[in-house]
Amino acid sequence: MSEEKNRILKISILRFDPNDPEDFPHMETFEVEEAHGMTLYIVLNEIREHQDNALMFDFVCRAGICGSCSMLVNGRPTLACRTLTSKLDENITLAPLPLFELIKDLSIYTGKWMRGLDERLETWIHNEEEKLNYDKLEERMEPDLADEIYELDRCVECGCCVAGCGNIQMNNDFVGAVGLNKVARYHLDPRDKRTEEEYYNIIGDEDGVFGCMSLLGCEDVCPKDLPLQSKIAYLRRMMVKTALK
Amino acid sequence: MKIKYTDVLIIGGGLAGLRVAAGVKQRGHDAVVLSLVPPKRSHSAAAQGGMQASLANSNMGEGDNEDVHFSDTIKGSDWGADQEVARMFVHCAPKAIRELAHWGVPWSRVQAGERNAIINAQKVTITEKEEAHGLITARDFGGTKKWRTCYTSDGTGHSMLYAMDNKAKQEEVVIHERQEAISLITDNGRCYGAISRNLRTGQLTAYVAKATTVATGGYGRIYSVSTNAIICQGVGQALALETGIATLGNMEAIQFHPTAIVPVGILTTEGCRGDGGLLLDKDGYRFMPDYEPEKKELASRDVVSRRMTEHMRKGKGVKSRYGDHLWLDITILGREHIEKNLREVKEICEHFLGIDPAVDWIPVRPTQHYSMGGIRTKYTGESQTLKGLYSCGEAACWDLHGFNRLGGNSVSETVVAGMMVAEHIADFCDSPESSMHIDSLVIEKALHTQKERLEALLNKENGEDAYVLRRRMEEIMMEKVGIFRNGKDLQEAVDELEELYKRSKNIEVFRCKSRAANPALVNAYRTQMMIKVALTVALGALLRTESRGAHSREDFPARDDANWLKRTITSWPDANQTLPSVTYEDIPIASMELPPGFRGYGKDLTEHHPDTQARQDAVDAVRKELEQSGASRFEIQNALMPYLDKVPPKYQGLNERLGENV
Repeated sequence: MSEEKNRILKISILRFDPNDPEDFPHMETFEVEEAHGMTLYIVLNEIREHQDNALMFDFVCRAGICGSCSMLVNGRPTLACRTLTSKLDENITLAPLPLFELIKDLSIYTGKWMRGLDERLETWIHNEEEKLNYDKLEERMEPDLADEIYELDRCVECGCCVAGCGNIQMNNDFVGAVGLNKVARYHLDPRDKRTEEEYYNIIGDEDGVFGCMSLLGCEDVCPKDLPLQSKIAYLRRMMVKTALK
Repeated sequence: MKIKYTDVLIIGGGLAGLRVAAGVKQRGHDAVVLSLVPPKRSHSAAAQGGMQASLANSNMGEGDNEDVHFSDTIKGSDWGADQEVARMFVHCAPKAIRELAHWGVPWSRVQAGERNAIINAQKVTITEKEEAHGLITARDFGGTKKWRTCYTSDGTGHSMLYAMDNKAKQEEVVIHERQEAISLITDNGRCYGAISRNLRTGQLTAYVAKATTVATGGYGRIYSVSTNAIICQGVGQALALETGIATLGNMEAIQFHPTAIVPVGILTTEGCRGDGGLLLDKDGYRFMPDYEPEKKELASRDVVSRRMTEHMRKGKGVKSRYGDHLWLDITILGREHIEKNLREVKEICEHFLGIDPAVDWIPVRPTQHYSMGGIRTKYTGESQTLKGLYSCGEAACWDLHGFNRLGGNSVSETVVAGMMVAEHIADFCDSPESSMHIDSLVIEKALHTQKERLEALLNKENGEDAYVLRRRMEEIMMEKVGIFRNGKDLQEAVDELEELYKRSKNIEVFRCKSRAANPALVNAYRTQMMIKVALTVALGALLRTESRGAHSREDFPARDDANWLKRTITSWPDANQTLPSVTYEDIPIASMELPPGFRGYGKDLTEHHPDTQARQDAVDAVRKELEQSGASRFEIQNALMPYLDKVPPKYQGLNERLGENV
């Protein structure tokens, strides 16, 4: 075990309670002694348990799987639960992700935003004509195609790509990389019977795939390393093809 | 006062809850789901390795069917499971997985031809059949005779939950996020919904419903180290307990998963071992074959966890600042396999341990993982004692898992139970008996009681710190109600938890007095509820003087069917009690399809029930006679333990497989 003294981390957090009429957004700094293998999940819980029990943040799985704990860590959108403090400087700044409705402090209402997106893009299998017979063998699918769909299905709706998007700052109706990735996922899936025209109607405008300015902050910050750049490019080609038909 | 009416209220937005919601909606009933978090963030998403369903598509699954899945599940449960429920489950699992495929889950598929796999540390070549190409494939998991665990890489729960949530949206299920049910509304022995607190604004709402379903998952977070998401705090079980009417079943049945990473307790899937990973000790020695020569690393979870603990107690653990651990070695699977089929594991290793599992061994030890116990229900999902209250998934004890759950049977249970319970609830809502007779005054009083309860916590002075009580509870559970248990420790645990419970009535919310979003207030009332749940676990464990499945008593190492072939039933009839009431429910041998036997691990210490032999003889006789007369496996099964009439009609059909029922 190391004899070195642990660092004292200085955690500056953007605090604000919109439910409190007297509160205003302000930074507050807490000191926490670093421990081996410490993550921001551990740091924030320590602060709440020992220094300020009002501090609000969202963790659920704390394993990098559920996408709840996205926040700005030193200005960059990422999942806090799997961010090791050892990889950061001792001065750490935390702020809620921008663009989403603020609940309090670091807690944001991504669920509402994502729900709206799902309803708008109808992110489910459209297969009206086929009624499932539960007893029959499942429909076959090429193994590689299943893997390819899973690749895009890995999105955890953390909102990092939204926070990292330059375009959405100017056009709040833009679906973002998360939305385009979902469309690419269903477009790839033969079980979804939507036509090219139907897809075009969903994303064939400046709020959809033609709104992307290819700044690609989304791909830089995606914690799941989704191939956002190539999928947006692919969708754009498909939509242009459909438009020219 | 805010009051909302609906047909079916569902508390919990994980796989089980959403499947119930979609099911009742399809039957024409309105459904409202209350969820602490956006449903896609529910703990179902963390299920990695897969879902058991006896499709028998892959080469190593050949010959699999409901009978084999049933037998694995009952043996796994150490004969604690309800065998009729297990039959319904194995019958519906193939239907559930095919339904999910239809709804968009990108299940990994069979690739015809030769492929390499690792079995028992050896490279082998498996040839997949041409006719199976493109059907859903499966991997090996512990305690199963066949490769039966279907998967999407190691993000199975995630893909299932996303497909399920999307389906619920398509069905226009109403989902209220960041809503926490804090009390059930009951009147005249019937449940009429719940009082819910909005976690953003603090507003209380009475959701009044014909049927109320608790699908809130397990109670792992009563332990200090658990693989569970931090929201798995047993609040659903506490809600039922606090009605004074509903009962809980087998709360002491707690599963420890062999391979959670050290120190943070995040799970690495059983698929690591299913795909060929090994457990090694401090000398790099593979020790499991010494203990379990047949199943080795793929013995049932309770067995592997105990063997690991035994081995560490012999001084073979790796010392670390966080205590002893062992190694999980998946390097032999090769980088390509890990990056395709164990991606989440790889990410977890990189981010939380800073290691590359294709090169480095993973530090692991057994960690609290699953709650076999829960709200005791009939096979319909309805509480045995409180009409109108339903429960399913990990929250419930209907009782599929008995005293040990097989890996891959839990996500499977969520959707299978969800699809069946939805039908039973819809039948109830269609019947005149679901008609509501509740005075609005009763509802307003229920709302008022909860308002007072929260105000009392906020206004208390010189009270107790909820964090202190909660941390102590977590430590007690970890140290004294763990993998190996004994009478002395358990008695101490019960005594100390009872003391904590008394103190918890005096909890004060320090400093933070907001009525809106207030994590301190949430922690205060949940801590009170969690301690109650912890007491049901500790007391049940103390009283059960035998070892069965995951409940392992050092002072009573034998499974004692003669005295303990029964379920522990806990309730809290009087709010002034400081300990739960405990009764027992016999598990009848006379109707078992698979009479109690030896699971096949270690030495057989079972003390058999006097009725076991007679039932075994009867079963053997029926089987012999019918086999001789050329009866099908379905006819034989039906003669031994008929169950199909209890399955909702739309799910009664026989399952098609390659070469069967086509």
